Amino acid sequence: MDLNFGKKYKDFTKEVKDFCKKYKGIHFIDSSKVPLSGSFKSGEIKMTRSDWQKILIEKGYFARSIPSEYGGYGGESDIIKSRIIAEEFAKSKIPPPMGGQGIDMLVPTLLELGTEEQKQKYIKPTLHGEIIWCQGYSEPNAGSDLASLQTKGELIDGNWVINGQKIWTSTAQYSQMMFCLVRTEPDASKHAGISYLLIPMDTPGIEIRPLVDMTLNAGFNEVFFTDVTIPEKNIVGKRGEGWAVANATLSHERGSLSDPNAMMNRLNSLIDRMKKETINGEKVINNPVYRDKLMKIQGKVIAFQSNSLRVLSAKLNKNQDVKIAAMIQKLVGTELRHELEGFAIDIMGELGTLYENSPNIRDGGSWQIAYMYFLGLIIGGGTSQIQKNIISERGLGMPKEPKVQQGA
Amino acid sequence: MYFGLSEDQIFFQDNVKKFLEDNAPLDVIRKIANEDDKTSKEDLHKGIITLGINNILIPEDNGGLGLDLLFATAVSQSLGEGIATLPFSGSYVMAPIAIKYGASEEQRNFYLNEMSNNNFNFSIGFSEFFGSRNESELSFLKNKVNGKTFFVMDFDYATHIMVCDKDGQIGIVSLESTGIEVVDLITVDKTRVFKEIIFKNTEIDILENTSSSKEAIDNAIDAGRIVIAADSLGASKAMLDKAIEYSKERKQFNRAIGSFQAVKHMCAEMAAELEPCYSILWHAAHSFDSKEKNKKIMACHAKSHISDISKMVSKKATEVHGGMGFTDLLGLHYWFKRIGVNRQMLGSPEIVREEAAKSQGL
Repeated sequence: MDLNFGKKYKDFTKEVKDFCKKYKGIHFIDSSKVPLSGSFKSGEIKMTRSDWQKILIEKGYFARSIPSEYGGYGGESDIIKSRIIAEEFAKSKIPPPMGGQGIDMLVPTLLELGTEEQKQKYIKPTLHGEIIWCQGYSEPNAGSDLASLQTKGELIDGNWVINGQKIWTSTAQYSQMMFCLVRTEPDASKHAGISYLLIPMDTPGIEIRPLVDMTLNAGFNEVFFTDVTIPEKNIVGKRGEGWAVANATLSHERGSLSDPNAMMNRLNSLIDRMKKETINGEKVINNPVYRDKLMKIQGKVIAFQSNSLRVLSAKLNKNQDVKIAAMIQKLVGTELRHELEGFAIDIMGELGTLYENSPNIRDGGSWQIAYMYFLGLIIGGGTSQIQKNIISERGLGMPKEPKVQQGA
Repeated sequence: MYFGLSEDQIFFQDNVKKFLEDNAPLDVIRKIANEDDKTSKEDLHKGIITLGINNILIPEDNGGLGLDLLFATAVSQSLGEGIATLPFSGSYVMAPIAIKYGASEEQRNFYLNEMSNNNFNFSIGFSEFFGSRNESELSFLKNKVNGKTFFVMDFDYATHIMVCDKDGQIGIVSLESTGIEVVDLITVDKTRVFKEIIFKNTEIDILENTSSSKEAIDNAIDAGRIVIAADSLGASKAMLDKAIEYSKERKQFNRAIGSFQAVKHMCAEMAAELEPCYSILWHAAHSFDSKEKNKKIMACHAKSHISDISKMVSKKATEVHGGMGFTDLLGLHYWFKRIGVNRQMLGSPEIVREEAAKSQGL
């Protein structure tokens, strides 16, 4: 066991700390509605998000291993540095690099499977936050059973003509592009009939309807396609290979849904809140029942954080087997975060129910929002139940559910 | 950076595991636990001593192996997994650590040398410090001890008892002394031996540094909690493995029950909660070994968190086995009970979590 990252990283940590100090209090002038993945305090230094992305790339704090010809930093991939950056940014509450499905999922996919032209055209503006992407996977009748999707793509006169409907499409209303799974080979088997297409969102025939979620934000959309026509070359991989292409990105998504640094920050905010709130004149933190529950959650958070260290270690030490430890992170991380946020509401009691711009609201209402938002994450990206199927079948080697006779 | 057990630690762990698989199958455990078969137990103890598990934490200068707590933790996982009917956490972990931090140099060399020669074997009674009960109380006066303490652990081969008072002062009593009454305590877990001890003006050798410092008692209890958590984690792993294996074999409705999501999800839940337990456990042992300032918080959380998860696993894994899980025939209950007793040893989860809160200034 050795938790030191070594001298090289000590220096790097100092460099990042100094950087964080310099940019503390950064404030975006284009307060775009695309949500950032972390929380930060806004302040005096003003710039656009795109400028911020460029600064981060220039320092190698973002897009580190992406070749410079595609707009990245062009360095060696270094997960320890990535972790130090994430930790220090979270600690000093300066905005993390933009995430989102374009950066987290499409860019790695294009790097792996895209044509040279696609790489040249899309990666750089995506990294700079100039092209926002949305993901067109789920459909009303294709959720957990995603491969049964029915949105149809036909190749007519050198163009794909797309008809159908997608749902749960986050950020569709701000996006310039969609990466989308479409059934292009209706006669092939379920998984072999899908292609991965890149669709400009301003193409005629696309209609976006906001889908208001339980937080009362339109976090998702429904997207309807009526004879949407795009060039034939807007395909990643070959016809019928879309399922494999998408699976390359799904694994990118699952890892990003439960960040242990954000969790530790929230736990610390919860402790601060418990020191401030009182019941009948006594601080909540001194109430034995709440105290015990807090410690219970802290134990779980520390275990989860330690687990992510172990998973990180396996990326550096190739002989280490952490298959199941890595597999459980989405399930455990989202469930735990939901529990933590829910407990914060309980310690505030009636005041915990306040919402929007109510008088007496605590921490900007963030506890209720996150409590509901994380229920969304428990469901999204493969529900907890789907996760349990994956863990038991692929992790523990338990037998698969016998297949019911397949419809096309 | 490397987060995990080293090759040496895994090797040691596997050796202990293999030894128990070869020498302590369920019928041997049953003989020892149910029929008090002293010969079988003695053979097992002698065998495992040759692997050196009694000497892990004793410095090389005193004839020990001079290894750290992470080694002991790795070994303890195997002992729990193989449900070893042997002393460990008290005799071979807490005792040398209490002596290391609490003894004068003279005491230290004397006791540690005798321990590594296997002449002295310690049982441990520290309950007065973390959770004294109504009927118990120990008082040390000069070199005499009076009163009663419960739950003295690892009494199996004890030549000495190490006890402490409510202030964390630690003393050693030789079982050859006069004024000792030993009462058998019968717990649900018959794989281990617990006693109640009543002292009447009994001679005690107080560890010199413990009258002015709590370092010895704190370290001994932190370490004890970590290795007991490891024992529970090993036992939980054994239970989950058995549940998975059974679910693949047992057929109902013409299918292996492991193909039903209801069963599969129970196993996934156990695995999902157990994985972070390995991580917090090794992290806690590492924090202890490298004397990090959060080591007490880590030890407390490792103990209470793993106790909770193990309790869940002991229930669910039994349920996966259906009615058979409830029988003595299958013997699953040995692991269930081991986990149940570990949970209370050195502080129930609530007691331990309160210590975690206090130790971070809350």
